[in-house]
Amino acid sequence: MEMKTKVIAEAGKQNIMITRDFDLPVELLFRAHVDAELFEQWMSHEYGTTKVRKMECKNHGGWQFETIDKQGNVVFTANGVIHDFVPDQRITRTFEMMNSPVQLEFLEFEKLSDDTSRLNMQIVFRSVECRDQLLKNPFAQGMNMGHNRLQEIVGKLK
Amino acid sequence: MYICSQIATQMNLRRDVFQAIADPTRRAILLLVATQSMTAGAIAANFDTARPTVSKHLAILTECELLEQEQNGREIYYHLNPQKMKEIADFIEPFRKLWDDRFNKLENIMKKYKK
Repeated sequence: MEMKTKVIAEAGKQNIMITRDFDLPVELLFRAHVDAELFEQWMSHEYGTTKVRKMECKNHGGWQFETIDKQGNVVFTANGVIHDFVPDQRITRTFEMMNSPVQLEFLEFEKLSDDTSRLNMQIVFRSVECRDQLLKNPFAQGMNMGHNRLQEIVGKLK
Repeated sequence: MYICSQIATQMNLRRDVFQAIADPTRRAILLLVATQSMTAGAIAANFDTARPTVSKHLAILTECELLEQEQNGREIYYHLNPQKMKEIADFIEPFRKLWDDRFNKLENIMKKYKK
């Protein structure tokens, strides 16, 4: 099955482009990004619960979230500042996760039809090296999930 | 082997395909040989840079297995190694999978709110 999400990371560039089409009206796609409760739902997974600590959806507003594992340990934190906020159209924000250099994100919400929409996400890194590091190393969050999963599997063997 | 290892040692970086494609001239060489096998001379003719510089780039690309050499009579032809190129595409796969899972979840959650 072809995956719906496209990721383009051109060689030698400090960009990642992520594109995804949704069977959702653009209003709902946008709402999933700005409603803390909904955001927590889709950013949580079986290895951790995501909690929004701050979500100021306006120009110069701040945002912050963290992911907590079953034992209550904080396994992932991310924060940033919103630079440009236009409902149902775009969010420009910085994104900084623990132990990683800050990156700039441009999110564009596009209406395709009454029932479908597209998200274009451009992530800009400080350098090509920063970008490749993120892509080459197991992604921080994925790594945490992997570790938790490992622990879970190994735990069952005990 | 030597050139790539030397760069790796000097810059304290692991020698790999990403190192090889970080350079614009090397990316241009890969594009050139993508459609046909070419000799070093034919490749060098496409660049203003000195022949030894092009040779150095070819050595790095060969060492990193993005290019393969083929002896044809007295000439050595270079051609692309598609398997190695695939490795470059594959390295973003975990990242893409991560976002695909997230967005699938977003879509399922938000469908409940559809009128």
